[in-house]
Amino acid sequence: MSTIKDFTLCCPLPISDYPTVTLAHGGGGKLMHQLIEKMILPAFNSPLLETRHDGAVFELGGARLAFTTDSYVVNPLFFPGGDIGSLAINGTVNDLSMCGARPVYLSCGLILEEGLAMETLWAVVQSLKQSAEAAGVQLVTGDTKVVDRGKGDGVFINTAGVGIVEHGLTIAPSSVRAGDAVLLSGDLGRHGIAIMAMRQGLEFESQIESDCAPLNGAVQALLAGKVAVHCLRDLTRGGLGTTLIEIAEATGLQITIDEMKIPVRDDVAGACEVLGFDPLYLANEGRMIVFVPQGEVTRALELLRGSPHTSGAVEIGRVSEERGGLVKMKSSIGTTRIIDMLSGEQLPRIC
Amino acid sequence: MKFSSEYRDASAAQGYAHEIRRITTQPWTIMEICGGQTHAIVKFGLDELLPKEIELVHGPGCPVCVTPLELIDKAVQIAQRPEVIFCSFGDMLRVPGSEFDLFGIKARGGDVRILYSPLDALKIAKENPAKEIVFFAVGFETTAPAHAMAVYQAKQQGIKNFSVLVSHVLVPPAMEAILGSETNRVQGFLAAGHVCAIMGYAEYIPIAAKYKVPIVVTGFEPLDILQGIAMCVAQLEQGRYEVENQYTRAVPEGGNRGAQHFVKEVFHVVNRKWRGIGEIGASGLSLRPEYAEFDAELRFNVSQYTAEESPLCISGLIMQGQKKPHECAAFGKQCTPEKPLGAPMVSNEGACAAYYRYRRAELATAGKGAR
Repeated sequence: MSTIKDFTLCCPLPISDYPTVTLAHGGGGKLMHQLIEKMILPAFNSPLLETRHDGAVFELGGARLAFTTDSYVVNPLFFPGGDIGSLAINGTVNDLSMCGARPVYLSCGLILEEGLAMETLWAVVQSLKQSAEAAGVQLVTGDTKVVDRGKGDGVFINTAGVGIVEHGLTIAPSSVRAGDAVLLSGDLGRHGIAIMAMRQGLEFESQIESDCAPLNGAVQALLAGKVAVHCLRDLTRGGLGTTLIEIAEATGLQITIDEMKIPVRDDVAGACEVLGFDPLYLANEGRMIVFVPQGEVTRALELLRGSPHTSGAVEIGRVSEERGGLVKMKSSIGTTRIIDMLSGEQLPRIC
Repeated sequence: MKFSSEYRDASAAQGYAHEIRRITTQPWTIMEICGGQTHAIVKFGLDELLPKEIELVHGPGCPVCVTPLELIDKAVQIAQRPEVIFCSFGDMLRVPGSEFDLFGIKARGGDVRILYSPLDALKIAKENPAKEIVFFAVGFETTAPAHAMAVYQAKQQGIKNFSVLVSHVLVPPAMEAILGSETNRVQGFLAAGHVCAIMGYAEYIPIAAKYKVPIVVTGFEPLDILQGIAMCVAQLEQGRYEVENQYTRAVPEGGNRGAQHFVKEVFHVVNRKWRGIGEIGASGLSLRPEYAEFDAELRFNVSQYTAEESPLCISGLIMQGQKKPHECAAFGKQCTPEKPLGAPMVSNEGACAAYYRYRRAELATAGKGAR
C-alpha cells in the first residue's frame, strides 16, 4: 500500500490512521503536530502559516502587524486563579506578544449553550472586560451564537487579535543561535494542576492557583530595554518540554537545560508525584521562554524580574552547537537524558 | 520537595555508584520487578552510573503491560454499551485492544472516565442510578486493597449498579516463572517496594532460598534504586541469597495487615494469563463467589471471549528480561507510543515506552557508530 501512497498527488484523507478525531489530536503533543503537518498546512499552503509561529507577522500599509486567533473550551469555566474569560484575553495577548508585537485590538466570539445561567455569562463578560483592561487591549468587535442544550460546554470563546511590531528584530526560531541562553519567566505547571484538581475534585493542603496572566508588559519591557531578543514562546498545552522540542527541531540545534534550575512549586511537584505527571509537560497560561544572546542575560533577567508577571524569571539552559535538534536535560543526580514530545495527553498512572 | 529531593541528591548518587564499582568483580544480571523502577532508571539514567559488569533487565511489573489483550477487548466491549459508565485509571485508556482502545471508544461517544480511586466509582454509581458503573480493576498487590474496599463497600451499601472488571496479578508467581525458565539469566532481584508495603516480604524468603537468588525490597527514587543495587551486588559477590529490605521507610516485614484483610475478604487466588507471557498458575486474583454479583465479566456476559496477540510483538521476552526493547524489530517502526503493538509501549512504566522516550536518539547514534 505504501508504494501507492507515493504516487498520490493529493491524499483524499491525509490522516488515515485515525478515522475519528481523538482528544489527543488537541493535546499539544505528537498527534496534534501530525494533524497540523499533514492536513492543515498542505490545505492552506501559506508561507506565513508555514512559519508555525503563535501568530502571523506581515507588512500592511507600511506598518508591521501581527495577527492571531485562539479558541477556548476550558472546563471548568471558573478555576482558582482565572476563568475562561481571562484565559481568552491573556491567551491571545500572549500569542501576539510572542511575535514581538504590542497587542492593540481583540475580537471576541461567544458560543453559548442553551440553558447557561445568565449570571454565569455575566461573570465571564466581566472577566473579559477586566482582563482586557489589565492587559491594555481593546475588545472592538464580536459575535454571539447560541447552540442547543447539550451541544456546548456552557461557553466556548474565540478571540482574535491584532498587534503592531515596533522594532526591527526578527523574533522567531530562525533567529536562535548557538550560545543563546534560555530564560524561563517563572514556575511551571500551576495552570495544569489547578484545572486537573478542579476537574477531578482533588484537594491539596493549599489551593494551587493558575498562572494565567498577560505577558505583553514583560515583552514590552525587554524590547524597550533594547534587549536583542531572538525568540519568544509562551508555554501553553504541552508545557516547557514540548515547546523546547519545537524550537530545537525548527533550528536543528541542541538545547540543554538543567532540571535543578527549573522552578516548580512544592505543591505542584507533590501533585505531580502523586498523579504520575511530569511538570515539564504541564500546561501554563502565563509563562514564556526567552532566547537571548549570552551577553544580555543579566539585563534581560533584571527587566523580567521587574515586571509583575515574570518576577520569578531564571536562566534554565543554553543552546549549543551540536546539530540534531534534540533537547537534553541534566537531571538532579547529574545524569543527562533526552526530552521527548508526549504522544497525547499525560495520563494519570495506576500505581 | 521534602521526601523526594533528598533521594535525588547528586553527590549521594555518585557515592552509591562508587560503592557499586568498588565491590563489583564480575558480571551480574539484576532484574528490577516494578515498572515504576524501570521508569526511574531510564528517566534518571541510573544505568549510566553503573559499571559495565552490572546489567539491569526490566521485569514484568507494569500492570498496564501484563493485562492480557482479551481483557482490553472485554473492557472495550463493555465500555461501548450505552448504559455503561466505564471507569479506569488513566494509563489503561491508550492500551491497544484487537481493534480499539478505550480512548477510541470515548471518541465514538462512549462514557469512559479517568478516576484516581475506585471509591470514586461508587460515588458515580450512587449519583447515576439508571447507569451501570464498571471499574477496570487492574494492577498488582498495590491496587488490590482499594479495589477490594470498593467492592466490599458496594456490597455493604447494597449498590447494585456497580461492578468490576478484574485483572489482578501477583508478583511472587511471576518471579518464580522467570526463575524456573530454562533461559533465565536473572541472578538477583530488586523487589517492588510498593507491593511489599502492602504484602510485606515474608513470601519472598522461600523464593530466595529455593532459587538461590538475592532479593532486595527496593524503593523508587534514584538513591533507593542505587542503594538496592549496591545491596544486591554485595550479596552476589559474597555468595549470599537473602531477602533484604532497602525500603524500610515504607515497608514493614508484615506489610499492611488491614489492607491484606480486605484483599482476602473479597478476592481469592486464581490462575491468570499475562500478556506476552501466557498463563501462570496461581498468579492472579479474582472475586470470591460471595462477591460474584459484582463481576463485570458475568454481568455483561463477556467471560468466554478470547483474542490473539500481534505476532510482531515480543513483549513477553522483554518482560522476562530476555530481550531489550530496542532489540525488537518493530521497535520505533511498526510500534511507537502513538501506534503501540504491545502494552509495554503504552504505559509510562512500560520498558518499551521508557526506551522510546529517553533512549531513542542515543540508540540511533550508537547504531550508526557501530555500522
